[in-house]
Amino acid sequence: MLSALTQLLVFQLAGEVVARGLNLPVPGPVLGMLFLFLALALRGGPGHELQTTSQNLLQHLSLLFVPAGTGIMIHLHRVADEWLPLLLSLLISTVATLVVTALVMKLCMRGQPAQGDAP
Amino acid sequence: MTPQLNEIWVYLSASPLLGLTVTLLAYQAAFWLYRRSGMNPLANPVLIAVTILVLLLTLTATSYETYFAGAQFVHFLLGPATVALAIPLYTQFRRVRSMLLPVVAGLVAGSLTAALSAIAIARLFGASLPTQLSLAPKSVTTPIAMGIAERIGGIPSLTAVLVIVTGILGAVGARYIFDAMKLRDPAIRGFAIGVASHGIGTARAFQVSEQAGAFAALAMGLNGALTALLLPLVLGWMR
Repeated sequence: MLSALTQLLVFQLAGEVVARGLNLPVPGPVLGMLFLFLALALRGGPGHELQTTSQNLLQHLSLLFVPAGTGIMIHLHRVADEWLPLLLSLLISTVATLVVTALVMKLCMRGQPAQGDAP
Repeated sequence: MTPQLNEIWVYLSASPLLGLTVTLLAYQAAFWLYRRSGMNPLANPVLIAVTILVLLLTLTATSYETYFAGAQFVHFLLGPATVALAIPLYTQFRRVRSMLLPVVAGLVAGSLTAALSAIAIARLFGASLPTQLSLAPKSVTTPIAMGIAERIGGIPSLTAVLVIVTGILGAVGARYIFDAMKLRDPAIRGFAIGVASHGIGTARAFQVSEQAGAFAALAMGLNGALTALLLPLVLGWMR
């Protein structure tokens, strides 16, 4: 676990350094994900340890959003004045985004053999 | 409170131990409920845990800063967890490569829909301009979204709240929408969740299937980068 966690941190650090050094509009960890992906492609896959550690970490990915989510309590007053347009916008726009993304992908996949798709 | 209890409280409220422990306890309680409901998306663990914590902090008059001094240790793991998304992505890459056109087309269409529909609806219902602009990057992962909001004239801290609410809405609602569309492919379901509701949606996708999670992670990363590049340009043309 320790070596896997170290690898993840090293890639995050590399991502952070490159993102800031080149002033890219992408956060360091996202770039770190790209670097690790490239390393896996070169190496031919993650070892057993990296595989299990990352599985454990991602199983509880929701936990990691809880501290930031709780921060909603100090900014809630910003929402108070315009809560109705905000709520309607978030609701309708989120539904629209899900529908449009999925429909466009489905249209582009016409003629391609469907995988994992129940008949 | 008796004087002794009071002393203990003074000690605990100044130490990171309490914030960290209550975060884990609240999440475990939330996850227990989520599991008991058969992983029903309505019992979203982020939503439940955040509700418990906000109530707890408000009742004990604890500031968010004090709480975060402990909770930051959990928050920090978001970085390495984001890096770890490379592994499912690698495992699923064969499928991703076979879907290059749908992925790119879905990404561009979804990214523009997310930003422009949010602005248009807010405008229609009379929201102020800074509010409209704060809404635009709402489907993008928090650090990118706040940066975009700042650049286009929104309010970053308002954006942070809207991003979290969007994530929860997508994680809670996506299943019902896809089921109504009779859409079963986990790759499409996962990708659309990732475009619409970033990391919180991705977390939900991983709980459903590894393939859905991998596509959600891919969508989250790509949508963050694309929105950061495209949105300032698109808004510039529209002005």
